[in-house]
Amino acid sequence: MSAQLLGLHQPGTTLLHRLPAGAKLVALMAASLVVVVVDGPPSAVVFVAVATALLAWSGARLGLTLRAMRWLLLTAAILGAWTVWQNGWPRAVEVVGDLVALILLATTLTVTTPVDEVMDAVARGLRPLRRVGVDPEAVALAFSLMLRAIPTTITLAEESRDAAVARGLERSPRALLIPFVVRVVARARDTGDALHARGIGD
Amino acid sequence: MSGIRLEQVTVSVPTHDGDRRILEETSLELTERRIALVGPNGSGKSTLARLLNGLVPATTGRVLVDGLDVAREGREVRRRVGFMFTDPAAQLVMPTAREDVALSLRRTHPDKAERLAAADRVLADFGLGGFGDRSVHGLSGGEGQLLALAGVLATEPSVLVADEPTTLLDLGNSRRIGDLLLGLPQQLVLVTHDLELAARCDRVLLVRSGRVERDGDPADVIDHYRVTA
Ligand SMILES: Nc1ncnc2c1ncn2[C@@H]1O[C@H](COP(=O)(O)OP(=O)(O)OP(=O)(O)O)[C@@H](O)[C@H]1O
Ligand SMILES: [Mg+2]
Repeated sequence: MSAQLLGLHQPGTTLLHRLPAGAKLVALMAASLVVVVVDGPPSAVVFVAVATALLAWSGARLGLTLRAMRWLLLTAAILGAWTVWQNGWPRAVEVVGDLVALILLATTLTVTTPVDEVMDAVARGLRPLRRVGVDPEAVALAFSLMLRAIPTTITLAEESRDAAVARGLERSPRALLIPFVVRVVARARDTGDALHARGIGD
Repeated sequence: MSGIRLEQVTVSVPTHDGDRRILEETSLELTERRIALVGPNGSGKSTLARLLNGLVPATTGRVLVDGLDVAREGREVRRRVGFMFTDPAAQLVMPTAREDVALSLRRTHPDKAERLAAADRVLADFGLGGFGDRSVHGLSGGEGQLLALAGVLATEPSVLVADEPTTLLDLGNSRRIGDLLLGLPQQLVLVTHDLELAARCDRVLLVRSGRVERDGDPADVIDHYRVTA
């Protein structure tokens, strides 16, 4: 199993580690907003530089972090190539720069914060919404399931690819895609069953 | 000891050409401590097991656990009935082992520090002391299944239903998990293809084509299964 858990928490003592999870979450949301709202290639480059500096400051281990992010970075690269072709370089720098900056910022959060703390912060932040029928704990759990789903999905994709290769069908999109979708749906159903059985959501 | 009752239960599933009955009318009283369900693939063992905590609803009839109707008091029933799946990967939902066990403890330990400490104690009890910070994603099959069991038992259920918990494990791990399950103080309903494991239970049910074909003494039922398989 080569899939790494996305941004698995790496304990440390930097200021970034010591900040409360809620503050970091709010900062991440604010920063994301700025990244999305402020246009132009130069600003995208600045965002990537700042995000890289933050991640470096967190003391994240380079190898581990790159491995965790490689699929996202690959996606960004493909998106970049496509945008260059469709809209030219400046636009590609902007789009990919923004995306990479967001990935780096989110990784900084997960590297410096245990998921449990993120969940608690989300649950606390959403508590006022209880009155309108939002269950904060459920939202927090959904958050962590989302994080968990990424490496799981990568593993399922690798299994599907290996199975197709083993049958000499690696060039057939159908032999790759259909089993992959079936696996993802089956796993989602099993996870739902398991959550239900554990009384989560009761 | 808790008691499980099935009263004239059937299960049907909708298909494109009408409903298909996957469990014929079944009435059972399950009070023994260790009960095994054996039978061919697709015979209805998982369906029967999943009825016990409401993962599969009875189409007709009633399922009662300690007198509680699974359909009406699902939440109460799920507190009493722990469920273990074949593949721990589907069951472990939090990033690290400690957090996954802690998730089970949310109800009993509202305070987070206490909850994590309790989770560490549970891990230690299961010989997973050094695993707290390990990603659930990188565990071996045996470690994962052990962790899944720890997570289920942390909620202190009075019944444990396990659907082929050792199928994916190697010989050593399969024996380890099997021994652990059979030694539990809880009532155990165990779906398994491992007939040696089933033979060590107090009662065995042979399920075939959606009905309980034989039910009773492990040696007799397993012999019958072997000669008719
Ligand atoms: N939701 C469903 N929809 C349609 N058919 C189903 C559904 N669930 C189960 N079945 C069918 O009901 C039958 C019994 O399934 P079940 O999973 O209980 O078998 P099993 O004894 O556990 O088999 P195995 O040993 O392979 O796990 C099978 O033919 C299965 O295809
Ligand atoms: Mg089954």
